[in-house]
Amino acid sequence: MFDAKQVKSKAQAMRRDIVASITAAGSGHPGGSLSATDILATLYFGEVLNHRPEEPSWPERDRFILSKGHAAPVLYAALAHAGYFPVEELTSLRKFGSRLQGHPDMHKLPGVEVSTGSLGQGLSIAAGLALALRNQGSQAQVFVLLGDGELQEGQVWEAAMFAAHQRLGNLIAIVDNNNLQIDGQVEEVNSLGDIAAKFSAFGWQAQTVEGHEIAALKSALDAAAAHSAGPAVLIASTVKGKGVSFMENQCGWHGKAPSQEQCDSALLELGQLEQLAELEQLEQLEQLTEVGA
Amino acid sequence: MSELKATRAAYGETLVELLEAGVDVYAVDADLAGSTTTAKLAAADPRRHVNVGIAEANMIGVAAGISLTGATVFTGSFAVFGTGRAYDQIRNTVCYGNLNVKVAPTHAGISVGPDGGSHQMVEDIALMRVLPNMRVLVPADYISAKAALRIAAATAGPVYVRLGRANVPLLYEASELEDFALGQARVLRQGSDVSIIACGVEVALALQAAELLAERGIRAEVIDAFSLKPLDEQLILESAARTGFVITAEEHSVIGGLGSAVAEVLAAHPGLVERCERIGVQDRFGTSGGFDELFREYRLDAQAIFELVVQ
Repeated sequence: MFDAKQVKSKAQAMRRDIVASITAAGSGHPGGSLSATDILATLYFGEVLNHRPEEPSWPERDRFILSKGHAAPVLYAALAHAGYFPVEELTSLRKFGSRLQGHPDMHKLPGVEVSTGSLGQGLSIAAGLALALRNQGSQAQVFVLLGDGELQEGQVWEAAMFAAHQRLGNLIAIVDNNNLQIDGQVEEVNSLGDIAAKFSAFGWQAQTVEGHEIAALKSALDAAAAHSAGPAVLIASTVKGKGVSFMENQCGWHGKAPSQEQCDSALLELGQLEQLAELEQLEQLEQLTEVGA
Repeated sequence: MSELKATRAAYGETLVELLEAGVDVYAVDADLAGSTTTAKLAAADPRRHVNVGIAEANMIGVAAGISLTGATVFTGSFAVFGTGRAYDQIRNTVCYGNLNVKVAPTHAGISVGPDGGSHQMVEDIALMRVLPNMRVLVPADYISAKAALRIAAATAGPVYVRLGRANVPLLYEASELEDFALGQARVLRQGSDVSIIACGVEVALALQAAELLAERGIRAEVIDAFSLKPLDEQLILESAARTGFVITAEEHSVIGGLGSAVAEVLAAHPGLVERCERIGVQDRFGTSGGFDELFREYRLDAQAIFELVVQ
């Protein structure tokens, strides 16, 4: 059963793994991994994706494609916690011989649907996959996560036009709208305008959603999945570096590993938040018990 | 060598044959389905032909996505757009992922003619040959084009098939369809004085040059390289050892194509040949014109091959 608190707790555990694995790697992309964490936690642990970690190539599984492949650490954390591979393996990120490549490699790691890393390509792949699945009569749905900066790639709009034209009702895109890219604010580098309006104009069902509110994400994803007349997109308002105060909204943390000291401080913060969440849960439980009594 | 037919004519009909043979085949084209002839698959089963409009990057991405379901997916467009414009998609999605996508654009080379330099793709073999996981087939006529497309479908992973617009002589019989294989070249004429190793439309021109050379008492061996990657190194080395003189011929840049591939093989065997020459486009762009005048201008015709041998 869907439990927002449980999903939030998973998200915090994923955030700790993201920070720890990037620190161990000495390089990587924490900012855009942390902004997308609640989205992936909702997909994988909020009863959105219909999948079988013990059978990664189960034909009827829903597919998830990480178009913003540099956010690999958040995908790896989700897959590990879902049971695709041991959580302990997360600290092998980016190391020689590791299955956890700098950007996701479909042939190395179970659960990675397609290798990504060059921005702008995931929506085309997802659209082709959705079309072929529909032709097969499959009920599986295809989810794809894009960055907002990634929307500057022209191919995204080629794919957006195509998906609407083909009325791909089994395609759901999510935009991690954290407003930052490597060189600064998206607004300053090359502004995107009204993203939802753009997708709407292309013929998509578009919703904006608070990207760190699990319950809101869950209901928006369910609504998008239920929309069968054509493709649907969620513009998720997020904060780059979410959960680690010194990383939040800092574009300098796009592609930089924390020092061990910074990592410890981030883990403390993420752990405390986790404890607070647990406390809150306990208090609610106590209140319920009191009511019951 | 009387009947003329373009290699692209084999495309759509071979796709239909594959479908009829039970292959889970798709074609994704970019508003050139009539020109590439992939539209024939649409006529057979509209669900298996996907037209993305004028959007080559999306064409490759959509093909990649379809292939993830286990299908065999062919892409279209013209060689200049179907390889060059979508290069990163071919490199990072198709080849890096080793996906079952066949890049088989048409209108390759100078022989496109009047459309001019913007449309005459002479770098595609170089671009495709350098990619890990990619195989490269360059058929010389309609029959070998059919064979190349069948081999592409039967080979798991990325394959590049170079198809042309120009009508070219039939060199093979329909009964030879099964005689082609990945990694195998074919000797079309035996000789002992010079090995002319050609691909695509240049094979027919090499045979013409061999006739001219025979009048001078020079016995030319003509080899259809067909499979540029993997290259039939053994056959090429045996022929080169016999003649001591190798000429490559392709309607492609002399940089990175068949000439480079053969030179790479010969470089590993110093002293094997006394002479090695490359017929091809000499680091230039194309220009508008008819087949004959262009092949004369770019020194790609039988006369150019003949002169290079006798000089």
